[in-house]
Amino acid sequence: MNKKYYGKLIFELSRPGRRGYSLPQNNYDDVLHILPNNLLRDEAPKLPEVDEPTVVRHYTNMSTNNFGVDTGFYPLGSCTMKYNPKINEEMASLPAFKALHPFQPSATVQGALEAYYTLQSLLSEIGGMAEFTLNPYAGAHGELTGLMVIRAYHESRGDIKRDKVIIPDSAHGTNPASAAVAGLKVVEVKSLADGTVDVEALKALLDDTVAAVMMTNPNTVGIFESNIPKIAELVHGSGALLYYDGANLNPLLGVARPGDMGFDVMHINLHKTFSTPHGGGGPGAGPVGVRAGLEKFLPNPRVVKHTVEEENIFGLDFGTEKSPLSLGRISAWLGNFAVELRALSYILSLGCDGLKMAGPLATLNANYIKESLRDLYELPIDRVCKHEFVFDGLADKSTGITTLNVAKRLLDYGFHAPTIYFPLLFHESLMIEPTETESKETLDEFISVMRKIAYEAKESPEILKNAPLETPIRKPDDTSAALNPVVTYSGMPSSC
Amino acid sequence: MVHRYFPHTKDDIDAMLKHCGMESLDDLYSDIPSQLKLKRDYDIKPQLSEKEVRDFFEELALRNQPLTCFAGAGFYDHYAPAVVDSILSRSEFLTAYTPYQPEISQGTLQYIFEYQSMMSELTGLEVSNASMYDGTTAVAEAMMMAVAHSRKKNRILVSATVNPIYKDVIDTYAHYHGIAVDVIPESEGVTDLEAMRDMLSSNDVAGVILATPNYYGILEDYTGVAETVHAAKALLIMTAPASTLGVIKTPGQWGADIAAGEAQSLGMPLNFGGPYLGYMCCTKALIRKLPGRIVGVTKDADGQRVFVLTLQAREQHIRRDKATSNICSNQGLMALYASVYLSLLGTEGLKEVNAISASGAHYLASRLEESGAFELKYPDKPFLNEFVLKFKGEVKLSDFIEVCTSCGCLPGVMIGDDELLVCVTENRTREEIDRYVWRAETFAKAISPFDNKTQTEIPQP
Repeated sequence: MNKKYYGKLIFELSRPGRRGYSLPQNNYDDVLHILPNNLLRDEAPKLPEVDEPTVVRHYTNMSTNNFGVDTGFYPLGSCTMKYNPKINEEMASLPAFKALHPFQPSATVQGALEAYYTLQSLLSEIGGMAEFTLNPYAGAHGELTGLMVIRAYHESRGDIKRDKVIIPDSAHGTNPASAAVAGLKVVEVKSLADGTVDVEALKALLDDTVAAVMMTNPNTVGIFESNIPKIAELVHGSGALLYYDGANLNPLLGVARPGDMGFDVMHINLHKTFSTPHGGGGPGAGPVGVRAGLEKFLPNPRVVKHTVEEENIFGLDFGTEKSPLSLGRISAWLGNFAVELRALSYILSLGCDGLKMAGPLATLNANYIKESLRDLYELPIDRVCKHEFVFDGLADKSTGITTLNVAKRLLDYGFHAPTIYFPLLFHESLMIEPTETESKETLDEFISVMRKIAYEAKESPEILKNAPLETPIRKPDDTSAALNPVVTYSGMPSSC
Repeated sequence: MVHRYFPHTKDDIDAMLKHCGMESLDDLYSDIPSQLKLKRDYDIKPQLSEKEVRDFFEELALRNQPLTCFAGAGFYDHYAPAVVDSILSRSEFLTAYTPYQPEISQGTLQYIFEYQSMMSELTGLEVSNASMYDGTTAVAEAMMMAVAHSRKKNRILVSATVNPIYKDVIDTYAHYHGIAVDVIPESEGVTDLEAMRDMLSSNDVAGVILATPNYYGILEDYTGVAETVHAAKALLIMTAPASTLGVIKTPGQWGADIAAGEAQSLGMPLNFGGPYLGYMCCTKALIRKLPGRIVGVTKDADGQRVFVLTLQAREQHIRRDKATSNICSNQGLMALYASVYLSLLGTEGLKEVNAISASGAHYLASRLEESGAFELKYPDKPFLNEFVLKFKGEVKLSDFIEVCTSCGCLPGVMIGDDELLVCVTENRTREEIDRYVWRAETFAKAISPFDNKTQTEIPQP
């Protein structure tokens, strides 16, 4: 990463008369001027006027102020920042996939439909589910879709009083938000001191108004919920369904399957467990899987396979006849298709033998860091963790150095920060997830930096309080950004 | 087992296990009850070599047939300059997470700020978020935003001329979110504004969703509509394919409060349905109700102008169960796509894209009318690059489509038994258009163009 800040905006490079495009000649009579004037713009948009080399240099310089997985270690808890293989990018860009219009006749997109069908089958095997839809665009979109499946299921039975979702207090923030958007009320269930769900408290909350219980396993503190069979029994006994938030699926690859634990509906973040790039915030993909019996509630369209004379033919089901119980449509077409191709490429590249190493190696890496730092950082839950774990800040609380200070100092040493102040169970949460694609050398380097920071907290706390010192920019003033929001170039005061 | 994605040697694993006081990798899972463990391998083939993965995808790709695309219906085949993919493949952009640490994420934050600025210019509204999944979900989010803004009202009106796929997604979200959606009828391919006025008179409407160009490609005249909608204390939500906003009267100029829709038309690949890019802009008054991420400007400790995620108190990770949106990500890389594309095209380029596309569409429409096979369904209505044809042939329209498809051409999208929605972009050459016309002429004369003639044998005009 370039430590020199670039900071210019494309608008500031604009000069009247420059152009960065070339288009074919207009071979026809121009029609824009014959259209009614009152339906057209009377003022042109103020887009930049820039030549091609300037555009390329601008965005290239800008990119060098960014940190990515290819740049360095990204121990961001619950985000599973693993290596994004290059072959996946190339396979997703094959022209015969990239150029397909969604409304082409099925006969002309058999390869694409087969890719979709194959990935949904592979995810079903990995999740222990009957069928997946790949249509949801992101993890949170998957949660929403999954909760809609659950509501459609209850509605189909005429059981309409179930309007609550029970969610542990350690859950990802999207869980309660997705529940609210799906029209469900959120009831929080407390965690025990070891970070797992309080089964007795859950039991007391379960009644015939509960539609679902949402859980992630391992949970957000990286602990496996060993009581899950008991929980599943209680939830099903009350008539509710059990939802699996797949954000933390990675450590279970090859080891255990949500379907076998009693989960009825789940989503998977392809951009976490299945290595598709995060792209600075998206596009991701959040496929949703269901156990047998719930397939008919999945969103439309669904990809279906027919076998005619030993030949597989793939088609689309829009649910009007075959599955009138479908919850409806939640996306334009079949989801973020090019992201799905990347995940398929990844699963094939790992195979059953590679997949079953991914989970254990991710778990080994997390435990190795935890055991290497527990003397200097407070470990509130002292158990074997899965893919991630949480420190509650530095062990020595007398220095006044916060989790934020530690996180910012890590940036100076060339690492991305862990997830901070989440989960909300602890005041100084520092949540670390290394993933299986980091080497022992990288982990050792990270550990030694974390130890150095712990010593700096005692010896030179001022450095930590002012960190970061060596990044392209220093600490930004968030308060003034929010107080008087400037969100466009044209809205920017001249003093900026 | 050794795999190229895993750096661990056997010695590494042994040393790390020992450090953790464990003997085997199984010990890491001692907390999982035995009955929950998978005691077999997945029923999935063992790892493929990179060559075999490539072969697998290339074999699948052979069973796709990319077509010369005259289909639109919300998703458009515009040209993408080579620069765009080159920039998008920079791993500093591609492999970054959401910019939680602004000190090492200025690249992402800066392009999102540029994207917001450009979308604000295109929609004529002051504020833009950092993008959404796609057009369908962006409009559904706009609907929920209008309902949240109104506090008490939960009824939404949607014009019948809005893309039916958008309506499907709106219906799904509305059903589960407890919103009543009523469709404003259409008349002659445009929104029946009289009917809309009547439907607003009950004063229980939180928002009205209108499109221009609409699903049929028609540019609708919404003069006076914003006043009517605002008089009923509802918000006006407008949608348009982003590319057309370079030339048409903007949602802001029409008086809309929110603009939401699909930005795929900014040169993005069709990709069989995604990833695309949802845009969402609004007036400054509504900024605190806007879902999704927003990037703002501030200064760092050294006084430099820098960019940060701002107004985060609106978001799901703070509001949790009170959220009116669960959007947690944005469509980051696709927002970069839009920024680079619009930087290259600029105001003039975007106008030229629209001019060439619209001119080609008008040429095709008139030639197809002359062919005798088709007539324009809405001959009096202004359109840009998309229009509806009625098929007059004696055979079925589906047969015509099948013949075209077998010749490598997707002639449009069937939206009724004898209705075809046709689109032209700057990517279509005059030769491709003339060949389309020739096929229609041949079909009208009931001569099969499908008697084993190769493309080169088709007579050129």
